[in-house]
Amino acid sequence: MNTSESPSPQRRFNTRLGLFLFLVYLALYSGFVLINAFAADKMEIIVLVGLNLAIVYGFGLIAFALVLALIYGMLCQKDPAEDIATEEAAAAPGDSK
Amino acid sequence: MIYDPAPLAIFIFLGFVFGTVGLSFYLGRKAKSSEGYFAAHGQIPWAVNGVAFAGDYLSAASFLGICGMIAAYGYDGFLYSIGFLAGWIVALFVIAEPMKRLGKFTFADALDAKFNSRGIKGAAGISTLVVSIFYLIPQMVGAGSLIQPLLGLPHWVGVVTVGVVVIMIVVTAGMVSTTWVQFLKGSLLVIFSTVLVVMLLQKGLTTDTSSFETIGPLSEQDLKQSTIAGRKVIPPTGGWLSTEGKTQEFIRFVPEDGRAGYDVFHIDDIPGSDEKLLRQAQSVTGSGASKLIDGAPNGRESGERELQPIGHLSKLPGGKTSTGPLGPISFFTTIGDSEVILWGSTTITNPEGPKTTIYYQKPTSGERVLRPGEHPKFAGIRGESFGDKLNFLSLMLALFCGTASLPHILIRYYTVKDGSAARKSTIVGIATIGFFYVLTLYLGLGAMTSGALDLTDTNMSAPLLANSIRPWLFAVISAIAFTTVLGTVSGLILASSGAVAHDLLIGVMGIKLSGETQVKVAKLAAIIVGGIAIILGVLFKELNVGYLVGWAFSVAASANLPALVMLLFWKKTTKEGIIASVLVGMISSLGWILLSRDTFKSVYGLDPDNAIAPFSQPGIITIPLAFITLIVVSLYYRSRDMGAQEASA
Repeated sequence: MNTSESPSPQRRFNTRLGLFLFLVYLALYSGFVLINAFAADKMEIIVLVGLNLAIVYGFGLIAFALVLALIYGMLCQKDPAEDIATEEAAAAPGDSK
Repeated sequence: MIYDPAPLAIFIFLGFVFGTVGLSFYLGRKAKSSEGYFAAHGQIPWAVNGVAFAGDYLSAASFLGICGMIAAYGYDGFLYSIGFLAGWIVALFVIAEPMKRLGKFTFADALDAKFNSRGIKGAAGISTLVVSIFYLIPQMVGAGSLIQPLLGLPHWVGVVTVGVVVIMIVVTAGMVSTTWVQFLKGSLLVIFSTVLVVMLLQKGLTTDTSSFETIGPLSEQDLKQSTIAGRKVIPPTGGWLSTEGKTQEFIRFVPEDGRAGYDVFHIDDIPGSDEKLLRQAQSVTGSGASKLIDGAPNGRESGERELQPIGHLSKLPGGKTSTGPLGPISFFTTIGDSEVILWGSTTITNPEGPKTTIYYQKPTSGERVLRPGEHPKFAGIRGESFGDKLNFLSLMLALFCGTASLPHILIRYYTVKDGSAARKSTIVGIATIGFFYVLTLYLGLGAMTSGALDLTDTNMSAPLLANSIRPWLFAVISAIAFTTVLGTVSGLILASSGAVAHDLLIGVMGIKLSGETQVKVAKLAAIIVGGIAIILGVLFKELNVGYLVGWAFSVAASANLPALVMLLFWKKTTKEGIIASVLVGMISSLGWILLSRDTFKSVYGLDPDNAIAPFSQPGIITIPLAFITLIVVSLYYRSRDMGAQEASA
């Protein structure tokens, strides 16, 4: 537990990256929800290979979540503080009665 | 519907349940320590934990509730799939790493990491309990629905069975076994749902015009005769009469073949014509053992009637009667160009005796079932009422924020070794869960056109779709769905028992417990929470499980997320702010739900117009309210403390 320590540059990078990707997804999700709420008729428009906007946007949101998750997983940096904590935990497994 | 229990189904089902419980015993035998019981010593491989996330998350709501909602109304149920998955983005990008870094056993650990406050432990512990119990209700309702067709037993038997088996799992096991059971269940659910979708696409779509009768076209004059199309009309009385301002909607005939009861038909307009069509309907009067189906006792003996399975296409494009195998895209485009028979319902009051609910056919263009707004609870997005639109926004906000606030999901971050493993397991979780949610639209629409649905229980749509394809698949899917419920309920009860033993007894009351005693107390708490869940599962059996889960998400998102997010991202957060935010979020959302239209109608049986809350989903008000409470209270206490420091200096 190291909330009082200043975070490592790696952790700061990860946090900012996470927030950025979160905002990207939030914008897309909000778009979907707002179209549904205030222009539901638009969801019937056929947009791709005979499929309407509701299905394409809905499947797109699911697929895009995975794409963003993979980007995040690839770009995230290893926090050195974690290695120390993991080693300490391995050395003292704690309550194992 | 009356279900025939099949020996194969029972055999496969019992095999799954005994296998699950056996695995739990085997894996749980070493989990004596608190680290082992609550957090599996943090040694679960991330890939396994990721699939176990899917096992935990893809509960009865996802499999039974969403598929059922899509089967009954079309696309609207898929909105839940989208919202549920989007919530994982909050979990991955905002919550995953800090949760792992800050906590040890429970959600309260993370919230309290900075302050070591009894108040925070207490508030977070209570909120964990409340959210878990709320989330338990739909799981138990789903379990009851599953047991009925599978073993031919009443709903409450299913609820009690799940309760007892889960209590056994949790009491004998802990997080190691729960995780492996979830891993197994998550994998099987996704694999067999994929098999089901592939078989569904192979089978293609067919029309059915023979299961229910259609009479007509008829003129207004024809409808006034005592005999229509050679069938004798039963003169309408009581609620069957046309009432002032409302034309007569149904006609009853004396059955032709000397059967008991009556044949009921809905009077349908023919678009662009003055003539009418009579489409066969089905009616249920009363409930329980005295239930009447189309005026005759419920049963299969002579003099009895039973509800017929529903769900079919009345027209395919080009006048075809069968499509043959379809691809994943042509499945949707074909349904879009077809006509589907959905079922509406209305209730009439009889002067003496119980009410009659009449279910009638509603031919609906395929385009309409592939767009949002067909379900009564979502129809508001196509209306003019701003309150209805707000209700929709509120639900979608709660789904988005709720995932990252569910205690049984949050504690899964403690079972891996570090933040990086937490991240990776979330990505695996998103891939597995996302893939499954794509399948829900196929499963739901497949069930809608399967001809196998139960009119009175939408929760059974996915298993009944499997039954219409292959009976063995029905047994396997039902068994997986049942273990799905078992797994999710185990996770929830584990989270609740952790909250009682670790947060409330040790954290708040300051009772010193050794690791082993802590585990014993947690197991006792598991038995009590399990008992409560059984009772609630029996009480709420009428509601769609997906809808119930929407409420649980609202409470979780309002009580837990604001405090967690502000703790991570706002340095001025104080312990008083966190406590106030958790309590205000929890009480306001819970209070709102209890005072909403849906609760008035479905739970209390009162007139929904008397409801106090202006719309049913609280999130859009109560989530911001919890944020504002945290900010205001934190600023107040900071300025007060700073003032006190200055005074003492």
